[in-house]
Amino acid sequence: MRRIISILMENEPGALSRVVGLFSQRNYNIESLAVAPTEDPTLSRLTLTTEGSDKVIEQITKQLNKLIEVVKLVDLTEGSHVERELMLIKLRATGAQRAEIKRTVDIFRGQIVDVTSTVYTVQLTGDGEKLDAFIQAVGTMGVLEVVRSGVSGIARGEKVLSL
Amino acid sequence: MELLSGAEMLIRSLKDQGVEYIYGYPGGAALHIYDALFRQDDVKHILVRHEQAATHMADGYARATGEPGVVLVTSGPGATNTITGIATASMDSIPMVVLCGQVASHLIGEDAFQETDMIGVSRPIVKHNMTVRHPSEIPQLVKKAFYLAQSGRPGPVVIDIPKDMTAPNGRFEYEYPEKVSMRSYNPAVRGHAGQIRRAVDMMMNARRPVIYAGGGVVLGKASQQLTDLAHELGFPVTNTIMGLGGFPATDEQSLGWLGMHGSYESNMAMHHSDLILAIGARFDDRVTNATDKFCPGARIVHVDIDPASISKTVQADVPIVGPVDSVLEEMLSLVRESEEQPDQEALEAWWKQIREWGQYRSRYHYEQNGDNIMPQEAIQALYRVTKGDAYVTSDVGQHQMFAAQFYPFDKPNRWINSGGLGTMGFGFPAAMGIKLHMPEQEVVCVTGEGSIQMNIQELSTCKQYHLPVKIINLNNQALGMVKQWQDMNYESRYAHSYMESLPNFEKLFEAYGHVAFTVTRREDLEPVLEKAFAMKDQLVFVDIYVDPYEHVYPMQVAGGSMKDMWLSKTERV
Ligand SMILES: Cc1ncc(C[n+]2csc(CCOP(=O)(O)OP(=O)(O)O)c2C)c(N)n1
Ligand SMILES: [Mg+2]
Repeated sequence: MRRIISILMENEPGALSRVVGLFSQRNYNIESLAVAPTEDPTLSRLTLTTEGSDKVIEQITKQLNKLIEVVKLVDLTEGSHVERELMLIKLRATGAQRAEIKRTVDIFRGQIVDVTSTVYTVQLTGDGEKLDAFIQAVGTMGVLEVVRSGVSGIARGEKVLSL
Repeated sequence: MELLSGAEMLIRSLKDQGVEYIYGYPGGAALHIYDALFRQDDVKHILVRHEQAATHMADGYARATGEPGVVLVTSGPGATNTITGIATASMDSIPMVVLCGQVASHLIGEDAFQETDMIGVSRPIVKHNMTVRHPSEIPQLVKKAFYLAQSGRPGPVVIDIPKDMTAPNGRFEYEYPEKVSMRSYNPAVRGHAGQIRRAVDMMMNARRPVIYAGGGVVLGKASQQLTDLAHELGFPVTNTIMGLGGFPATDEQSLGWLGMHGSYESNMAMHHSDLILAIGARFDDRVTNATDKFCPGARIVHVDIDPASISKTVQADVPIVGPVDSVLEEMLSLVRESEEQPDQEALEAWWKQIREWGQYRSRYHYEQNGDNIMPQEAIQALYRVTKGDAYVTSDVGQHQMFAAQFYPFDKPNRWINSGGLGTMGFGFPAAMGIKLHMPEQEVVCVTGEGSIQMNIQELSTCKQYHLPVKIINLNNQALGMVKQWQDMNYESRYAHSYMESLPNFEKLFEAYGHVAFTVTRREDLEPVLEKAFAMKDQLVFVDIYVDPYEHVYPMQVAGGSMKDMWLSKTERV
């Protein structure tokens, strides 16, 4: 099953490479990875998505917890949560296509963040499926470049991941 | 407060940490540190002849005493030469602190002379590693390194020290921290009381129980607690090869060790058990054989300090995360208080069955082959001559298995082997590390003519520091363990498993100022060993020509369950 694991770790050089190294060393797969400092500059928050049996996921969380710099982690998929990903996508936009793209962007509640006479750059947030669906919808119109941030997530309600 | 340079702070921190000896080898990036070493007498440095040996010396010391061993090397090749030793310690959870020189901070990343990314290279084989970013951090980092190496599940810690951090002109206020606390690292201090109670309930209802005790019992200093609990319950005990001595091998309740080359009775008892009490063990593949066929009727209680060891390869029914000593103590007091008792009739029937297995194939079984000295009898002679009380290190191969099978250990910390990584070349430097700290104790390295040549340069170190260890070479003129596999799986095609031109060991040892004896006849075996051990002040090498055809048995059949074993070249059960 696909899981979203969210990690609070010491904001120290080398911490990220330990997390990534663990995945290749133990033959686990990482699908996406997003990391940035938090409001507390000594901590950074890392969100990763991975796939595996319950047994593998249990090992992944235990092995991550063993890393000295990992302070706390949560498997968001264990409870209800909000999941978002940001996508920037550059599309060829000329002639009649300009209006068509604009319409599609509106349907997906995206924004056109940069315009030239031949190109639209679109920003879109949502879960992975929504982003996939958008790419499919505009696919015939000439996708020039896609960049996705990787998944970020947070638990619903009172539950927080903090110290 | 005192003002010291980074290098001086490093050495002072070691002293304040209680370190007496460090093992190492100098080089450019470490020279400020070596200079600081030179100008004091508290911390003594042992100059090895290859950095790998420094790590094994530190490791041997750590295994025998439970204290972390300390290594000091230079950057680049000095650091990379420690990798095998760090990996060896890591696999067996041995506390070790490795101090590596590094090129100066401003050169890092420029492919400077003798630059290696030691943090990157060592990352998968350390418990933790860190870089010094300011000289004033050094005492704190040293303290942290020792704390991490020793606490929880122990392991090696590397500190990478750029040369400018130890420059002699720097002056910083020195104070060694009393303690460290880390918000991200809090090893369990006791097991979960409810889980312990559940485990004890299961013990009370077991009909065919086995205690399966690993190296964690030795590392966690819990052999007394284990022995008390086993005696109180009357349960059979099998040890892993890492756990030998954690329960006395000559105790009536001991079944010997288990796994690939474990005793018939241990493997049979495990397979047929209804309750396995795993203490400080990790269900390694060399123990379980195929996990899908592992002990089909057994429920499993698993006690370990490392949660990641639990249910990693074999699912535990009752996981207990905590230090083995305190968990065993709590179990014992619950057992003593309990109104219940295990079903004595069932337990008797179980013991009867186990005794039958033990009789069918004794733990100490082997057959003679004409006049050849059998490797097993060489170990038995060693046991008699050392009265079973030596510190025995071993290298890796058939001789290691024979030593573990035929030298029963009654005390923990006496059997020192690279069980996890299986590092040839480990045994001799490990013995040196022990002898250095325990000159009064008999320290023996059991080795093979293959393994001993992997760190033989250390004969020179032994000369320099007067380390009169004894080396028992089971000379089968082959990489015996490899050859055994080739006999069994490759129709005896001996691809590079023989030793075609052995050195003249007597001359070699003599050249280094030591003594060597050669034994080729059975009647000389014990007298020569007696003579060797009588030479208290000499390093003595006893080269015993043993039967070159012998295999190690039992041997589990690959892909089978624990009970599927070869018992000899022809008998398979
Ligand atoms: C560094 C290293 N290289 C290779 C091996 C693989 N290996 C395991 S046992 C063995 C043979 C050891 O020969 P020897 O030391 O003579 O011991 P014997 O098996 O003959 O008793 C080898 C090559 C190893 N364990 N370690
Ligand atoms: Mg050999």
